[in-house]
Amino acid sequence: MKNLKGEIWVYSEEKETTYELLGEGRKLAREMNVTLSAITVEGGETERHFGFGADKVYILKGLGEFEAETYAEAISIIAKEREPEIILIGSTKRGKELAPRLAAKLETGCATDCVKIYLEGEKKELIVERWIYGGNALAKEKFTKKPSIITIPPKTFEKPIYKERKGEKVEVAVRVSEPRVKVIETKKREVGEERLEDASVIISGGAGVKRKEDFKILRELANMLRGQIGCSRPIAVDYKWFPEWIGLSGHKVKPNVYIACGISGKIQHIAGIRGSKIIVAINKDPEAEIFKVADYGIVGDLYEVVPALINALKRRFRGKTRKFTENKPLNKTF
Amino acid sequence: MVKIIVCVKQALDVAEIKIDKERRVPVTAGVPLKTSDFDKNAVEEAVRLKEKLGGEVIIVTVGSKEATSTVKEALAMGGDRGYLVTDPAVEGSDTLALSNILVGVIRKIGGFDIVLCGEASIDGFSFQVGPRLAEKLGVPQVTYVHKLEVKNGKVVAERSVEEGLQVVEAETPVLITVTKEINEPRTPTFMDIVKAAKKPLETLSLADIEVKKEEAGEEGSGVKVVGLYSPPVERKNIVIEGETVEEKAEKLAEALVKEGVVG
Ligand SMILES: Cc1cc2nc3c(=O)[nH]c(=O)nc-3n(C[C@H](O)[C@H](O)[C@H](O)COP(=O)(O)OP(=O)(O)OC[C@H]3O[C@@H](n4cnc5c(N)ncnc54)[C@H](O)[C@@H]3O)c2cc1C
Ligand SMILES: Nc1ncnc2c1ncn2[C@@H]1O[C@H](COP(=O)(O)O)[C@@H](O)[C@H]1O
Repeated sequence: MKNLKGEIWVYSEEKETTYELLGEGRKLAREMNVTLSAITVEGGETERHFGFGADKVYILKGLGEFEAETYAEAISIIAKEREPEIILIGSTKRGKELAPRLAAKLETGCATDCVKIYLEGEKKELIVERWIYGGNALAKEKFTKKPSIITIPPKTFEKPIYKERKGEKVEVAVRVSEPRVKVIETKKREVGEERLEDASVIISGGAGVKRKEDFKILRELANMLRGQIGCSRPIAVDYKWFPEWIGLSGHKVKPNVYIACGISGKIQHIAGIRGSKIIVAINKDPEAEIFKVADYGIVGDLYEVVPALINALKRRFRGKTRKFTENKPLNKTF
Repeated sequence: MVKIIVCVKQALDVAEIKIDKERRVPVTAGVPLKTSDFDKNAVEEAVRLKEKLGGEVIIVTVGSKEATSTVKEALAMGGDRGYLVTDPAVEGSDTLALSNILVGVIRKIGGFDIVLCGEASIDGFSFQVGPRLAEKLGVPQVTYVHKLEVKNGKVVAERSVEEGLQVVEAETPVLITVTKEINEPRTPTFMDIVKAAKKPLETLSLADIEVKKEEAGEEGSGVKVVGLYSPPVERKNIVIEGETVEEKAEKLAEALVKEGVVG
């Protein structure tokens, strides 16, 4: 059965990301006059997808836990039948191993980690933009085969406002092969830990922090502002103090304020913090590149500046709000 | 015994790219080429596995003639033989076309236990070639691996996912992509380099690997780059002045409150 009307599909194993993609997909669907559909698996959420913009929800039956190969197979089966124009996939790690495998199955193009999607010119050509060259440039890319498979990082687009809406539910039984990759063990992050992507305040330390224990002072500032601790890559990869870092090859964060302490501001680090509303740099080297990409900078020793900032903020907030006195559980990995 | 094929890319040294501030475009002319960082980790891991289990490490690169140096570097690190696919028809290949070409070489090599790739290449950063190859070769894939073991025809790998870490298992043949944390790549000694010069390095055209012209280059691609630009950084760039650290901190606190980002 072929569609009379084209479709845009949205898939992410993360609910919030799915809603964000539905928001962006809705805009494209309107402009292209096509149907917007969410791809889900049995047992998952379906009703809410309509409220976030989906006209249709496909419920794939017969799939187990996420595994890139089988999920790619399942989605390719229905894609071959229904020929969607565009498939938007959340750029989580899982999404990013699913999308190219699916693209290979459908022998089509795929663009990963796109930060913009739009139709350009009279022909309304689909264009995506993504960072390349280590964050030195945005590439504008167009598709020459169909469907266009696009992955989008979580929090790139706003989650749309929920409106009570009805839509069409389509259950599809898919027969896929047995997963060949078996998960033996999952070590979850501790309960109460927030993902860096969700943090509204991040206090980040770089190689300017001399010892692991010294992250205590960054943590104190973070606790006060109900924020999280982050770090640059050398702290995680070379010193192995923490398991995660921020940047091109790490987490891409979008806090209201990002305070970089003892971070030089190499392009690969900056690539992960571009979405921050305000960037603050604390660095003893007045020539450090980080100042060029910061809103506010203090040239000075982080071991003096951070405690002074804690005091200054304490004075301001004393007795004013409850927020700053109660600590909630923070990411304990740091 | 393990037979491992490592896909190694010669990439632009992104740290050397400058931006033309007038035209807001990256300047790539004159930027040196180097072996993509994560691919060195892939070579290192392959060599370590071979040292432990015996077997063979084969290096595969698609690129220009200059990429010979990248294949040689990987051979000096411990690879046993190498293939460089170089052909004018490769120009303009996206990840779809590139995986067609890589599959061509891998088929020519014959069987394998493991194909190793980097998680992404430092200039393109697409994260695509590994999973695409796995699909085309019909093998399972394990991506973002930072710890790898091979036992009794199985790989056991530790990888990071959104909610934490995962330990997974898969039978060979399998495709694995590695991250930078998996190991510290060795720096070849002078002797390694001398020895590498004698190792087999074959240069192949598309015809040699039975890949059609229309499967490569722009024609074989699904995505085309139509523009490149470096948007200006729009930040306030205010460096806070003051006599003392306390004074500067006070001003910063005030600014943050005014911005409405704390409080
Ligand atoms: C392929 C690739 C991917 C990469 N991905 C990432 C990534 O995702 N994230 C990332 O962060 N990096 C990444 N990097 C590494 C990146 O290029 C830089 O090496 C790294 O960001 C530098 O970290 P840093 O700023 O903490 O350390 P450094 O560059 O060593 O800077 C330390 C800074 O601290 C300052 N300082 C020292 N002491 C003090 C003090 N007491 N008070 C105040 N300031 C002080 C110094 O002036 C200096 O500016 C990547 C590199 C490659 C090649
Ligand atoms: N031209 C190439 N030659 C050989 N291997 C490549 C090439 N391009 C990419 N790869 C492999 O694919 C991985 C991911 O690249 P990418 O999908 O471009 O991010 C790299 O780390 C390499 O292992």
